[in-house]
Order: sequence, then C-alpha cells, then structure tokens
Amino acid sequence: MIRYSKEHEWIRVEGEIGTIGITQYAQEQLGDVVFVDVPQAGRKVAKGEACAVVESVKAASDIYAPVSGEVVEANAGLADSPGDVNAEPMGKGWFFKIKLSDKGELSGLMDEAAYNDFVKSLG
Amino acid sequence: MVQSLDRSQGRSGGISADAAAPATFTGNRALQIEEPLIFEMGQPGRCGVDLPEPPKVKDRLNGLKRAGEIGLPGLSEPQVVQHYTRLSQKNYAIDMGVYPLGSCTMKHNPRINEKVARLPGIGDLHPLQPVSTVQGALELIDGLAHWLKTLTGMPAVAMSPAAGAHGEMCGMMAIAAALEARGERAKRKVVLAPESAHGTNPATAAALGFTVKPIPANERGRVDLSALKAALGPDVAAIMLTNPNTCGLFETEIVEISRAVHEAGAFFYCDGANFNAIVGRVRPGDLGVDCMHINLHKTFSTPHGGGGPGAGPVVLSAALAPYAPYPWIVKDGDKWRVAEDGAAVDGKPLGRLKAFHGQMGMFTRALSYIMSHGADGLKQVAEDAVLSANYVMAALKDIMTPAFEGPCMHEALFDDSFLKDTGVSTLDFAKAMIDEGYHPMTMYFPLVVHGAMLIEPTESQAKEDLDVFIAALRSLAERAKSGTAAEDFKAAPRFAPRRRLDETLAARKPVLRWRPSNNPPEGDPMKQAAD
Amino acid sequence: MRYLPLTPTDRRDMLSVIGAKSVDELFKDVPASARLPGKVSGLPDHLGELEVERAFQNFAAKNVSPSTAPFFIGAGAYRHHVPSTVDYMIQRGEFLTSYTPYQPEITQGTLQYLFEFQTQVSLLTGMEVANASMYDGSTGASEAVLMANRITRRTKALISGGLHPHYRNIIETTAHWQGYSAVAGKADPEGLEDLIAKVDKETSCVVVQNPSFFGHVRDFTKLAAACHAAGALLIVVVTEVVSLGLIKPPGEMGADIVVCEGQSIGNGLGFGGPYVGLFATRDKYVRQMPGRLVGETVDADGKRGFVLTLSTREQHIRREKATSNICTNAGLCALAFTVHMTLLGEAGFRRLAELNHAKASELADRVAALPGVKLLNDSFFNEFTVRLPKPAAPVVEALAGHRILAGVPVSRLIPNDPAVDNLLLLAATETATQAGMGPLIAGLKEVL
Repeated sequence: MIRYSKEHEWIRVEGEIGTIGITQYAQEQLGDVVFVDVPQAGRKVAKGEACAVVESVKAASDIYAPVSGEVVEANAGLADSPGDVNAEPMGKGWFFKIKLSDKGELSGLMDEAAYNDFVKSLG
Repeated sequence: MVQSLDRSQGRSGGISADAAAPATFTGNRALQIEEPLIFEMGQPGRCGVDLPEPPKVKDRLNGLKRAGEIGLPGLSEPQVVQHYTRLSQKNYAIDMGVYPLGSCTMKHNPRINEKVARLPGIGDLHPLQPVSTVQGALELIDGLAHWLKTLTGMPAVAMSPAAGAHGEMCGMMAIAAALEARGERAKRKVVLAPESAHGTNPATAAALGFTVKPIPANERGRVDLSALKAALGPDVAAIMLTNPNTCGLFETEIVEISRAVHEAGAFFYCDGANFNAIVGRVRPGDLGVDCMHINLHKTFSTPHGGGGPGAGPVVLSAALAPYAPYPWIVKDGDKWRVAEDGAAVDGKPLGRLKAFHGQMGMFTRALSYIMSHGADGLKQVAEDAVLSANYVMAALKDIMTPAFEGPCMHEALFDDSFLKDTGVSTLDFAKAMIDEGYHPMTMYFPLVVHGAMLIEPTESQAKEDLDVFIAALRSLAERAKSGTAAEDFKAAPRFAPRRRLDETLAARKPVLRWRPSNNPPEGDPMKQAAD
Repeated sequence: MRYLPLTPTDRRDMLSVIGAKSVDELFKDVPASARLPGKVSGLPDHLGELEVERAFQNFAAKNVSPSTAPFFIGAGAYRHHVPSTVDYMIQRGEFLTSYTPYQPEITQGTLQYLFEFQTQVSLLTGMEVANASMYDGSTGASEAVLMANRITRRTKALISGGLHPHYRNIIETTAHWQGYSAVAGKADPEGLEDLIAKVDKETSCVVVQNPSFFGHVRDFTKLAAACHAAGALLIVVVTEVVSLGLIKPPGEMGADIVVCEGQSIGNGLGFGGPYVGLFATRDKYVRQMPGRLVGETVDADGKRGFVLTLSTREQHIRREKATSNICTNAGLCALAFTVHMTLLGEAGFRRLAELNHAKASELADRVAALPGVKLLNDSFFNEFTVRLPKPAAPVVEALAGHRILAGVPVSRLIPNDPAVDNLLLLAATETATQAGMGPLIAGLKEVL
C-alpha cells in the first residue's frame, strides 16, 4: 500500500514498516539532489516533524514525517549517490524506514489517484 | 611526445570550447591564460623570499617540534607574480566597468583610500600599543564615528563589528540587552521580518533565540501595515526592516511603522544595506530607527576585495546606546582613551564581539571617501545613484518588466514575465550579459519576485556607459523574445574564461582542497616540458 | 566632484527620459517629515585629494609607528615583514574591486586563490578541510564553539585559561546572548592548567590555544583523547600562525576544529584589523562548518574550474536554519595570506619560524637576566611572559615615553586581577633587531 502527503512524500507500508521518500514531482521541483540528511535508526519521530533534509545546489528542503513511529533504517546509499533521488525517487532513492506507531494516521494521507489530482491542481 | 593540447583539462577530460576555433598548443587563448594551481608548479629548493640563516639555538618547544614536510610548494618571486597576475585576469571588477549587482552597491573604489590606509603611522600600528602612542588613530576612529552619527541622526555608534551581518548580530544583541534590562527578554521572543528580507535577518534573529515571523508585502512591494499592526503584541521584541527595501523601494509608511512598533514596546532594527540611496539626504534617526548597521564596503566604498573584508558599524538610538559592546573610544579633555573589558564606561556594554578595536583599515578608507565627498558630495551620491537606477528602469521598462509601479530608489527590479514562453530563464539572461562584457545583475533575489533581476548601477557610471549597458540589455531582451535564441542563451557564456560550471558535481562530490591524487592527468604538456 | 561622472546636462537628459521634473520627484516616497531641505548640517563639504591626504598625514603624525621605535608587542597580533609583492598583488583592481564570486565564469581568479588558500590552511593546521576564511581568529573561535554545539547537540563549552582574553570575552558574550554555557578557567600564566578532569558528558567542546596567550607550547593529544571519550570536540586556537612552521600542528594532536588568526602572514598590524581567520576541521564535519567554501568542478567544456559550494549551509538559502549568519569572508586578506605563503613556500616558512624562535630566545635570555625579573615560560615560540618586581602597566607607559614599545601588560587584557598586575608579555619576531633590544633592556633596567 502506498500513500502520499501534501508535502510530496510517499510511504510504502509493508506490515509494521513504512518506507518513506519523496515523489517524482518533488524531485523535479528540486532539481539535482546533492545531499540528503537522513535520520538515524532509533530516532522517534512524530507525524509532521521535520526529520530529514534534502538539498539541491541552491535549495534545502525539510522532509516531514508523514506518520509517527521509530526510524528503523536509513538509506546509507544516498551518502554516495544522492542522484538516486532524481533517478528513482520511489526506488533506490528512498530515504528511511519507520516502524509505524499508529496505522490509523495513514487514513489522513492520499492514495495515488488523489495525489495525482493534487499535483494537477498545483498547475 | 605531446598527447594533449589542453593542459587545464579536468576530471572528465577536455573538449574544445568551440569547434570552429583551432586548438592552441598551450590551451591558452591570447590573454586568457590557463593557470595551474601553485601545488602543481612548485619545485623543492625554490623560494620567493631571502631570509638569513637562523642562529643555532636550543629549541624551547617542549619537545613539540614539527616533524615531516608541511607540503607547501616552492616558487620564486617572478613565478608568484605571474601566477597571481594571470589569476587576476580571470576576474570581472568594478575597475573594468558596470557592475550592476543589486543590493551590493558596487561603486568606484578610490585609490587615495588605499594610499592613506597604508601610511606607516596608520597601517603599521599595533592595537595594543600604549594609548598615548596611538592618539591619532583613536581620533580617526572617533572622527568617522562623528560622521556616521551625524549622517544618520543617531546619538551613538558601535564601531567594532567586522561586517554587515556581524553588525546585525551586534544590533540585535543590543535589543536583547535592552529587553533584559527591562525584564522582558523572556516575554518578547518574536522578531518580525518582511518576506523580502536579506537571509541574514532571520539567521541573526534565530541565532539569538528569537522566533521569526514573516510579514507579507502589499501589492506595491511595501510592508503591509495592517498585517504588521496585527502581528504586533506584547510578545514582539523587534522588527527587522531594510529601508529602502530589497525591492529597491522606500517604505512609504515607515513613520507609521516605527510608531506602531514603538507603541507595542518593540524596537526597530533597520538593515542599512541600502543606505546609499539616501545618504546625505535622509537621516534614519528621523524615521524612528533604533539601530542600523552600515556596510562600509557598500555606501562608503571600501573595497569588496572578492568578498571581504567588510566592516559593519552600528548606529544606536539613546535607548540602545548604553549596551554598545566594548571597546568604547572615549574622549577625556583633549585625550582619547580606549575603554576595554572591565573599564569604566557610562553604560552596560553587552560584551565584546571582536578582538581589538574593529576594522581600522576599513575605517580609514571610509573616512577618506567621506571627507572627499563632504556633506554636499554625499547628498549628490544618493541623488545620482537614484537617478541612474530610475534612468535604467525608464529605458528598459517597455522591453523588460518592472516588478513594481512608480519610481525606484537606487536599484531597479524586474521580474521574468518578459521572458515567459521564450525558453530563456533569468539565469540564461544573466549569463548572456557576461558575453556582452558585463557582470550580471543580482538574480532570484528578492525571493518575493518571480525570476527577479535587481540592477544597481550606483552613482559611479557615466551616462554614456549606462547607455551602452542599456542598449546591450535591450538587444538581449529582443533576442530572447524572438523565441529562436533559447539555445544560444543556454550556451552562454561562451567567451568568458570558463563556460558554465557544474555546481551539482561540486556539491555531490566536494573537492575542497588540492591533493596529490587530484593532480592533472598524465600528458600534461607543462609537466612533460618540466620532465 | 571627481568621483561623480554625471554632468548637469546628463542629469537633465536622464530626468527627461524618466519623465520627472527634478530629482526630488524621485524621492517622493520618502515621508516629507524625513526629507532634509538641503545637505546634512554640521558637516564640512568635499575636499580635494591633496587636502584629504594631508588630513590623514596629520592623524598619522600623532601616532608612534613601530617602524620608528623598538617594538616587542604581540598578544594576538604580530609584526612581520610583508614582501612588497603581496601588497602590489592585492591592489590589482581585478582582485581589489570584485565582489563575492557568485558568477564563477568571470571570477575564477578569486575562486582559484581561495582554493589554494583552503589547501594551504589544511596543510598548515594538519586538518582535512578548511573554509575560505572568517572575519578573524577571534570571531572564528566563537563560531567554532557554535559549530561544536551543533555537532554534539550539547551546550557547555570549556574555555582554557590560556586562551586570549578577547577571544574568551567574545565566546562568553555570544554564549550569554545565544543561550549556551561557556565555563572559562582562571588565567593560566604558568601554563599549569589541567583540563582533562573537567571534561564530562555535558561538555560540547574544550577551547585551548597553542602557544597559549602566555606563550606556553603544549601537547593536547591526551586532552583530545579525553574529549573524544566523552563525546566532546577539541578546538585548538592559534593566534600566531607562524608558529605552525616549527610546532607540531593541532591536527596531529587530534583537534577537531582549528582556528587561527592569519594576520601574521601577508597582513600588517593595521591597528587591529582587518585580519583573516583560518578555520579548519575534519571532513566529516564539513556540512556543519560556517563560512564560504570553494570546490573544484568542471565547466561545460570539461575544463577544471572552481565554484562556491555547499552553500545550502549559508544564510541566503537556509535563512533562520543557517549554520551562521555570516556572509562575508576576509577575501582580500586571504589573498594576502596566500600570496605571502606562496612566496615563502616550505623552506621559507620553516626558516621564518626558526628566525622568530631564535629572536625570542635571545630576548627571553636577556630580559630574564635582569634583576628581579622572572621568566614564567619553560617553553615558548616567539612570545613569553615575565613577572616584573612591580606593576607592568606603568613600566610600559614609562618606556613608551622613551619611544620604546615594550610589550603588553597582561592587566590591559585581564583587568582587576591582582595576580597578573606584574606580568608583561613580550614578543620578538624576525623584525626585532639587536639595535632594538638594547634600548629595551636598558630602559627596563632604568625603570625597574
């Protein structure tokens, strides 16, 4: 199951664990990603908390946790190849994995169709 | 045998800049000379200074003598002169022509300033000499302080901040100190700043533990007074406002703004980056300002030097004057003294922000500039700067798109709507200016205007030179609008020492120093010649 | 007015293009109450170049320049010989009058020398990476503490009693207003301080100076290990950068951040500024470093070039989340440093350091031989502390009356501490001469 936030993050949920990254639209807006600061495993984050930073040459954007939980893994590969975020934002370019503390929070997020409509509405 | 003709080639190998032009053996193109790093030039046993043989003494270094090579290259004096001269020729500079970088005030830097700063009795003084031996230096600082206070209509000035941002820190600390003295520091935690503010404003406020609350602009590019009034309350410490603002506009309601701020018990910090527009004509003290930093390298012509050094004295209102940081230069009778840490002053200094007494070299240059102009000349400076900006605006407004109606102050702001659907961006337009022999204007700032282009001609350009500059911009705008030149613009600049640089590569894999391993590749003709 | 090219005719023509009757019309947005009717009153009118130069000669004539007097002052600013090439080079208009290299295609000159500067600073300090300079050493030290606080997410800095008092004051001022803690040790003129025992789990960093303000040369290897064991960083400050030609660099002692005052190389005394701050650290901390950074890259033709990089740390992008509010570096002073250091090279820089040490050794022996004078240092580089039999400030003042600039009384920088009243800091660089030492020794004999 994949859900999307209005901040252009996606979360793919498999069992207790959600994998989080940014969307195709977000990476296009940012341009070439040069650095991603991901949270360390073990960190507890609340829904809406700024927990990662993605940087292009001229911009830095905070990434907000779409759900609450505990970070269980960060994508170590991004340190050496931040370009993965541009190449495969929903694949190799994932940011971190989180153990959800309240699956009910997912209902506040959008499914793919709703997100696509949301992006269209931005023009 | 020579394998490669391009000795400057980088990590991804060399490709000829322009297929039509034949390659040269050296990779140079007449005056454009490719220059290696000093670390690729040195030879052991070569040295650019002659120092006497030191007498043999038993060292007293506590057994901590440096072991091994430092790794510094050895070059002779002529090599050093040639190397840095060649590097200098890869720079654009005010000395070469119009440098319309908005909000930076790239005005002429007179050479008399350099000369007087190098007089041995001024440039060769130690800051901790007995004060009886530096009376002239203290008089000089006090003399500049007098000019700054009088020109701004403010009772006090803190001279020590090393740059504009440092002055901003000083001013905001003084505000924090005044609030602390009132017992309101914990209560007043909000600093208001317009969305168009310089990035330093929120950075400074946040560093001091304030929460920054943005104030929107109205459709005329000014602070929205009703939004400001709504935001003011017992939790507000200060407003940080640039005036003239970063859109190059005077805040028409400044007096009401300052009254409202003071009625709410808050302070008015004015970012003085754009003082050049009003120097000698308007005194910020008359606008109700509590403190304002002055970038001596902008308004008062101290050289920008490739990004510093600057100096950022801060003028202070009577309410903030007692908190000015050490040192204070105090005149007792006909003698000056330096009140340093712990020394008696009539106030409660907020502490110390810089070693010694401030950027003396910049004080000297600024005072030389100020004395050269006098009260009459400074007024003319503001008038000519504003006149030139409005002239540029008027001459371009039919072909480029001004961001706001009406006269501007010292800089003309355009947005990128004239480039709509041309395939040419603000960045491309700016890079094309390089091929025309100009430094681009400030781009994408202020953030409140889409694709912003901020042009500040300053008072230093002759009308003939402005006319050529205007004609060049008109020609570029026409070409962009023709809709057929986008590829040309994207390829600009073509004639500069370098084409567009790969900033993504630089940020993804930072190479921040030379190491033997990032030497130029084999096949370097210079290296081969040396071998 | 010689700097203003517009003629009355130009102004009239420009106004007519604008469609304004007068310049006053262009100022109509200024509230009437704030518009001055004429020029600012109470200030003189413009002067010709001759008159300006004369005025500054008058200022200069009221000072005693070290070039005209025996001179032994240091305490964070050192008088060295600066080769003529340096001053010639920094006055080239292409360097002097260009701005921050925001357009790399036409500022490769500035960018390349800053890249060379960053490399030189890394090598001298024994660190992995350095930035393109800070305002000066003193403000750099305070920025280093802020950086350590960010990295460790702690807020207690320990300050050595051997740190330059102005540097300490700045760290304390910043700590007070920015809301963290700076615990400073007592002034340490004998060099006996032991900081290891004070490092704990709340410590973000320890700030030491080498050689110390009082001149002592110390090995901080064990302190570095203690810091790292507690999760803290070691910041080493060097106010006399020439010492790095002879002394083991802080990087080899385990320092995490090194801050130097670079004034000694390429930059004159200038009555305290502008100087140039050197700032170096480990690769792993580079994204927490303040200030500008230049990096190598390639252009569209694949040619090597340089750009400002990692700018997302800085205020113009991060705004309230920036690592620092700093915009400016000390570009031209960094150029002076780089040109002078390039002239010196490995051999010259080492010899310069040896000469300094030899001169100071000679001076120390001669001063220590005076009756009642005690040398407090068993180690030093080019500066040391002596205890006089009476307060040092009046002694220095008396010698100044004889045009001898005889060092810094410690009480000038550490007031209201009777323990330091009799202490005098003396420095001797390569510029000190036998002819200058003689009058100092004779003068001291006379006033003591």
